[in-house]
Amino acid sequence: MTNTGKADAPVLDIRDVRLELATGSGRSLPVVDGVSLRVGKGEIVGIVGESGCGKSLLSLSVLGLLPPAIRFARGEILKRDGQALNRLGAAGLRRVRGKEIAMIFQDPMSALNPSLTVGRQVAEAIRLHEGCSRREAEARTVALFRKVGLPRPESLLREYPHRLSGGMRQRVMIAMAVSCRPELLIADEPTTALDVTIQAQILALMKKLREEDGTSVLLISHDLGLVSGICDRIMVMYAGKIVEEGPAADVLRRPAHPYTAGLLASIPLPSKKGSKLLPIEGSVPALHERGQGCAFASRCAHAMARCTREAPAFGYAGVSHAAACHLLEEEGEIVHAIR
Amino acid sequence: MSYYIRRIFTLLLTVLLVLILTFAVFRIIPGNPALAILGVEASQEQVDMLSEKLGTDRPIGVQLADWLRGAATLDLGTSLRFDEPVAGLIAARLPVTLTIALEAVALIVLVSIPLGILAARSRGRAADLIVSAGTQLGLAVPSFWMGFLLILLFGLTLRWVPVSTYTGWSESPLLALRSTLLPAVALAIPQIAIVVRYLRTTMLEQLSLEYVRTARSKGLGERAVLYGHVLRNALLPVVTVIGILFGELLAGSLVVEQVFTLPGFGSLLITAIGNRDYPLIQGLVLFIAASVVVINFLVDLSYRWLDPKVKLR
Amino acid sequence: MKRSLLLSLGLLLVGALALLMIVSFFYTPYEPNAMKIAERLQAPSLSHPLGTDNFGRDVLSRVMAGTQTAFLVGSASVAIGSAVGLAVGIVAGYAGRWADELLMRATDALLAFPGILLALLLVSVFKPSLSQTILAIGILFVPSFARVVRSGVLQQREAEYVRAVKGFGAGHVNIVFVQILPNIASSIVTTAALSFSTAILVEAALSYLGLGVQPPDPSWGRMLNESQTYLAKAPWFTLAPGLLITATVLGFNLLSDGIRDALDKRG
Repeated sequence: MTNTGKADAPVLDIRDVRLELATGSGRSLPVVDGVSLRVGKGEIVGIVGESGCGKSLLSLSVLGLLPPAIRFARGEILKRDGQALNRLGAAGLRRVRGKEIAMIFQDPMSALNPSLTVGRQVAEAIRLHEGCSRREAEARTVALFRKVGLPRPESLLREYPHRLSGGMRQRVMIAMAVSCRPELLIADEPTTALDVTIQAQILALMKKLREEDGTSVLLISHDLGLVSGICDRIMVMYAGKIVEEGPAADVLRRPAHPYTAGLLASIPLPSKKGSKLLPIEGSVPALHERGQGCAFASRCAHAMARCTREAPAFGYAGVSHAAACHLLEEEGEIVHAIR
Repeated sequence: MSYYIRRIFTLLLTVLLVLILTFAVFRIIPGNPALAILGVEASQEQVDMLSEKLGTDRPIGVQLADWLRGAATLDLGTSLRFDEPVAGLIAARLPVTLTIALEAVALIVLVSIPLGILAARSRGRAADLIVSAGTQLGLAVPSFWMGFLLILLFGLTLRWVPVSTYTGWSESPLLALRSTLLPAVALAIPQIAIVVRYLRTTMLEQLSLEYVRTARSKGLGERAVLYGHVLRNALLPVVTVIGILFGELLAGSLVVEQVFTLPGFGSLLITAIGNRDYPLIQGLVLFIAASVVVINFLVDLSYRWLDPKVKLR
Repeated sequence: MKRSLLLSLGLLLVGALALLMIVSFFYTPYEPNAMKIAERLQAPSLSHPLGTDNFGRDVLSRVMAGTQTAFLVGSASVAIGSAVGLAVGIVAGYAGRWADELLMRATDALLAFPGILLALLLVSVFKPSLSQTILAIGILFVPSFARVVRSGVLQQREAEYVRAVKGFGAGHVNIVFVQILPNIASSIVTTAALSFSTAILVEAALSYLGLGVQPPDPSWGRMLNESQTYLAKAPWFTLAPGLLITATVLGFNLLSDGIRDALDKRG
């Protein structure tokens, strides 16, 4: 499907993963259905989709942090040395978390413990994985704070989370996550709770980490514009499946899937001032309403009879660019580039 | 700052009301308090003498002022029966009751924290249900009857602990603790039930919060998450509950001391009631109630002090 | 499922005890106060299923008669406490400002006396008797009812439906009793059930100390006092009343929890 073309093994290799939600009546409904993706070394990959498409759950499944109601039904998640994360026991996962793969979350206020100093929370991760003394861990924490751009790092050590601004808290979370130099940083909506200006700073920080340390980033967001800022590759997710993937520039300029096109068209831009807002009609089908055909069919302006019967397979849309759409198959090329 | 001033003001007001209430109770009875004490067969002369002694022959306002002034200088009157200052009698009995209460607190802390954690960790499973049933029972059993059962089991049947003997602190601290152990256990059991349930609730609340997921994502094991992160936050409100329960312990001690015939506040009060020793009853009740109010106030302060969100203000 | 379990267990226990009480009005195996010194301190047997006490009285009969006192003290004290507490709470919550401050300070002062201390204080002034016990315990409950009612009234006072009804010209009495009260009824009932079990415990303690219900009125607490001297010789004497107190308190606790859970689900 996709070919990184690099010699090294991908830092993260998700293969045909299916996550299911157990409903009360004994049935299980798929929330993520057959998703595959790879993140290469030093790559920044973005997963974009509306809320409810399963992107957050997918990201949680990598480190085994799924809520109890969600089951890992099928597939494999491999790290760089080929070990399958989904088969690891609790002890094995603990060794990976924070050390080889780390994660940051959406709301840094609730994601940090309010009764521990930020210094202590970061140092904790360092001491856990590298077994150094408290003083050493503190010194490294100060260096990390400086690296992520936090002011007055020494005095920050003894501060509590509620005394910091949202942007600073998120930087603390990033410092905590990269403290043991993981290969992959998974960022689940890291800027959604922050001001727009801070958003840009956080994204710049992630880029810097990639440049300086070669850290790969898997960025999850509902904001296509945000993702376009820093991602090398973009995956578009809809109703539990990846519907399009490719190099960021390509996907944004020549979207091959009607959903992606719709997302792009609905972004309010200054250049579109005066013209109508173009939301995508309809809403995401509920878990139990997803049938056999294309999940987007009910909202697609180009839907054909085939679309409701048959789920589309991935078709070629360009170099390393693919989309799951019957139109693509039929026409062999993209028919609905936006202006 | 203004918060503390307001709280101190409320504290003083409450203590004042308590003072007035303990004063008023003995004066609302129709007729002469002295007469009530001595009974209908007393001669007028005896009644007059007692009235003078009690000070009830003076106007109410003067009596109240005297009482308030006395309380402020820790002069709580003189016992009719023992002819000694009430304050002195209280001080003599304080060590016993205090020992029992403090031992009970220690027991509460030692037992309820592990049990509460256990119940939260095994939510919905067997251990949790057993603890839940246990706490329901613990709440329902009257503590003084529990005292009986403990005496039956440990004192008489197993003969581990001596019954109905009290060794003073001055003689031997260890034996003193031992002789107050059973009453402390009897007192502690319903409070343990309360604290275990509350801790379970606060822990489950904390476990559902986001920072727990962050801690796990760092690679921390369940024990580290529980004890290093969750417990800190869950324990804070529980600690203040234990402080507030201290009042209940004092009250319960009044009855439990009778079961074990220990010379504490309990027997002093019961004797005083039996003797209609109004000054002693008044002084003792005031002391206990005022202590509870002050302790609750201190607990409230300490909560604010312990909560990091307020600490650095 | 666990929720309705609590409620059913509570109902079961309370129901069984209430049944026992009703039966005791018409029939007890022996006359509860009939002394037969020759048969004192007998272990449980077929003729005396719970044994006899130090005066040869049948423990089972006395314990059955004790349910009457328990339920009487419980209901009467809760009735007093809730009636007065309701009045105080309504005035404090509805009239607001001065009345509220004053009443709440008074309530706080009452609450400063932990548990049984207040009851002891009140009882020390008058001669101990059944009515004194009921009165003292009733006063003990006023603060908790007052608080519950007050907070309920405060909450509901600004609710949409109250404003709507005011718009139709409803008077204060109507608003309080017809509109607001039904909505806080659930919390009142829960408090009542909980207070009932507290009443049982406090009465037992008072009677044990000799300051509550006086002989010959039957009381479980009193029986516990009598049984203490014979703890070693006749342990059954102490077990029966103690178990009944526990069962009654447990029953009402479960009932209170069950009601609260059931109403939580609905509301």
